[in-house]
Amino acid sequence: MSSLHLCLLISSALFCIGLTGALARSNTILVLLGIELMLNAANINFIAFWRFGPSPAPASGVIFVLFSIAVAAAEAAVGLALIIAVYRHQKSVRLQDATCLKG
Amino acid sequence: MTLTAQHLWLIPALPLLVAAVGAFSRHRGIALAAIFAMAGSFVLSCLALAGALQNPAAHAVFNFAWFDLGTGALRLGFLLDPLTALMCVMVTFVGTLIFTFSLGYMKEDKNFSRFFCFLSFFAAAMLGLLIANSLLLLFICWELVGLASYLLIGFWFHKPSAAAAAKKAFLTTRIGDLGLLLGLLWLSEAGGSLLFFDNGQGVLETATLAALSGQTLACCGLALSTAIGLLIFCGAVGKSGQFPLHVWLPDAMEGPTPVSALIHAATMVAAGVFLVARVYPLMSADAVLAAVPVHALTVVAFIGAITALMGALIACAQNDIKRVLAFSTVSQLGYMMLALGVGSWTAAIFHLLTHAFFKALLFLGAGSVIHAAHHEQDIRQLGGLRTRLKITFATFAVGMMALSGVPFLFSGFWSKEGILHAAHGWHVSHLPLYAALAAVVLTAFYMSRLVAETFFGKPRSHAADHAHENSAVMTVPLVVLAVCAVLLGFLGTPAYPWLQATLAGEAVHADFGHLLEGGGLMFLSIGLVGSGLGLGWRLYGKKLRQTAEAHDPLSTAAPSVMAALANRLGFDELYAATVGHLNDLLASLADKLDRYVIGGLVNFIGLVGLFSGSVNRQFDEDNLNGGFDAASDGIRGTGRVYSKTQTGEAHGYLRVIAVAFIVLVLVLSLSMGGAR
Amino acid sequence: MTVALFLIAGLMLGSAGVALLLRNLIHSALLLVASWAGVAAFYLWAGAEFVAFAQILVYVGAISMVVLFAVLLTRQGLEISRPVEPDAQWRAFSAITVGACLAAVLGSAILSTKLPAATATAPTLSVKDTGLELMNHHGAALLIVGLILTVALLGATVLAATDKPQKTEDAA
Repeated sequence: MSSLHLCLLISSALFCIGLTGALARSNTILVLLGIELMLNAANINFIAFWRFGPSPAPASGVIFVLFSIAVAAAEAAVGLALIIAVYRHQKSVRLQDATCLKG
Repeated sequence: MTLTAQHLWLIPALPLLVAAVGAFSRHRGIALAAIFAMAGSFVLSCLALAGALQNPAAHAVFNFAWFDLGTGALRLGFLLDPLTALMCVMVTFVGTLIFTFSLGYMKEDKNFSRFFCFLSFFAAAMLGLLIANSLLLLFICWELVGLASYLLIGFWFHKPSAAAAAKKAFLTTRIGDLGLLLGLLWLSEAGGSLLFFDNGQGVLETATLAALSGQTLACCGLALSTAIGLLIFCGAVGKSGQFPLHVWLPDAMEGPTPVSALIHAATMVAAGVFLVARVYPLMSADAVLAAVPVHALTVVAFIGAITALMGALIACAQNDIKRVLAFSTVSQLGYMMLALGVGSWTAAIFHLLTHAFFKALLFLGAGSVIHAAHHEQDIRQLGGLRTRLKITFATFAVGMMALSGVPFLFSGFWSKEGILHAAHGWHVSHLPLYAALAAVVLTAFYMSRLVAETFFGKPRSHAADHAHENSAVMTVPLVVLAVCAVLLGFLGTPAYPWLQATLAGEAVHADFGHLLEGGGLMFLSIGLVGSGLGLGWRLYGKKLRQTAEAHDPLSTAAPSVMAALANRLGFDELYAATVGHLNDLLASLADKLDRYVIGGLVNFIGLVGLFSGSVNRQFDEDNLNGGFDAASDGIRGTGRVYSKTQTGEAHGYLRVIAVAFIVLVLVLSLSMGGAR
Repeated sequence: MTVALFLIAGLMLGSAGVALLLRNLIHSALLLVASWAGVAAFYLWAGAEFVAFAQILVYVGAISMVVLFAVLLTRQGLEISRPVEPDAQWRAFSAITVGACLAAVLGSAILSTKLPAATATAPTLSVKDTGLELMNHHGAALLIVGLILTVALLGATVLAATDKPQKTEDAA
């Protein structure tokens, strides 16, 4: 088993932990953080392929991760602001309480 | 240095510029600008006159294409001949003086700048009318002049009488203008052009005139040129206040007095005379034909004679100082038309020019009286102003004598003599001459009455008692006009008829033998003037009116006649009973037509529409709606089912995504594994 | 080498897993910060130093602060004292099932895939090279990211800002 396999296994484990957290927890903040973990797992994949794969463009993995982190930062900021807005409206941070888009 | 026809447009351009600026500014400096623009136009007009006098017989023209229309171009042009140049000089000179007078007269009016804007606009339009070499351009300016007149009569539009007078003037002149427009269109069709002079192609040149007078109308036997000329004359009748369209002119006195002087005495009303003089070759083209039922000029002569006599008669019974002068204007314009009709258009223009000066003088004098007497216009309320308004009295007396035709010294005498002489020589009829001679007596009579009532005796009202002479800005124009009213006559005496000869493009010969030519007629008219003045003095001067309420000596003698005259012979009532009544009748007829015939049709169509609509609705409700209802019910049910899947719970969505992802990976790996 | 990787993976996965089990939000958030720090350590281990420092700055420095503020702003009483709802138990069970299935699928997929061999030498990338790369080839993307961040900042401010007039209306 090569280093690349190992890294991929680690990242998929992190992804599954994030997904499980996002599905299990009712606090919206933790759901968001679980999704952040899934995003980090994806970033780990980029770095792993950049480090151990046969990379034609030497910098592309790193650049992609940088942009990904920037977008994740934006997402986290907007997401948390949304959570605060919803909380102010509903007096609750439980995700199952925010169902006003129900069909 | 002279002004050529090509640059003639500069003369109206100056006041037009001031009017344009005045339209956007309320600055009082507009007044000075207007006066300077008129003075500038006067200088330019003098230069144009100098140019025209170099060759009086020629018609210098400058034609240009206005715009292309179909296959041909619509052409306008400027014309420079002694007639144009003399009229321009007169209008700008009188205009400058009246503008200056207005500076004092309108000083307290809060729409001071607007007044001068309108005056400048009027001057521009009038000068444009004078320099036109195209009947179309003349017509355009003619209407603009009418508009300016409307605006200025109604200048004090908050007075209901002024607003009504403005409307009346506009509508009455419109009747005449309709004739002018029809004549213009017919002329354009028959003559092929609207240019007066165009190197042999113009409508006033021999070739076209011959063609026009050669054709005879099938319906009435009139020559074509006669018919067109009479239509054009309709415009002149309206504008110059001739019988039967004279009714607007006395009412126009509701405007400020300088307006009355400039527009309704000196210049605009003379435009009709000018028009007939301008198209005189067309009017007289049928003179060579013997077989026609009537000549155009004969109509002109009789209309003029009727107007002259009627105006003078009515003037005798008016009590408003401006209305006396207004009917006097009607009468004098009748004289001019009479002169045109009997074939002496030069005499008409001579009288037009002298009349412009002395009538402007009389109106400005009346304005001075009104202004001094705090807008009291009733001569019964005035009186005794001779000692209070010395300059006004002196100049007014000069104007009165010029108008009455006091012999030898005053211009009115010479121009009136020319007209009487021409009427005497007319071979068709002597009736116009008798009417004119009667008008001579009446003119002298009512003018002496006016002067006696206004200036002599004791003041009969508080306002007249406290009148003071006006400032120099108002008296100086009076003096200048008075001087002109005397001197202008010597331009056209029989001994040295410079004016008439210049207008006709002939050489001038001084011959004092002509001075007493037609002596019998001259002495007769002098006698008539003397008797008129004497009668007036005897009735009104010897036994002066003591109170405002005292009876008029003529009214006591012949109450019914005087009442009819004071009521202006009932023309207004006649028109109200005939034209107005007919109009009402037609309107009510149209109302009935609208209400019952057209309205019924519209209602019927509406009912048809309603019926078909109800049929349509029945069909919809019974047949179509069921299908649509079923379809929408189905859609609603499906939507209800699918909306169950939308729980609104983010967890559920996320779980579905994850499970779907797992299934996708499984399916992919199984299929790939199979492939491998 | 591999030992270091295992240590890093232990830190990363262990703190993440424990974070999602704890009921105390503050503790969860702090453990997640530790997990992000582990990710940063992984980047360092893999030789992407610039990314590692970006990860520390953004996640460990900035996002953690925002998370803590959000937690404090939305705290209502003590969550620990609340009894566990039966609904939550069912949800946790299903979540673990889905997560385990996914882990099994991904793991088997990774292990059954023959990946190409690693290059002989590890790629090196200096910060200068990264900067040149960003500015030259990805200049437009960089500008767009800047724009996205600005818009996100404005949006977050607008969303989180209190609506004063509406509140007085509610009070009335």
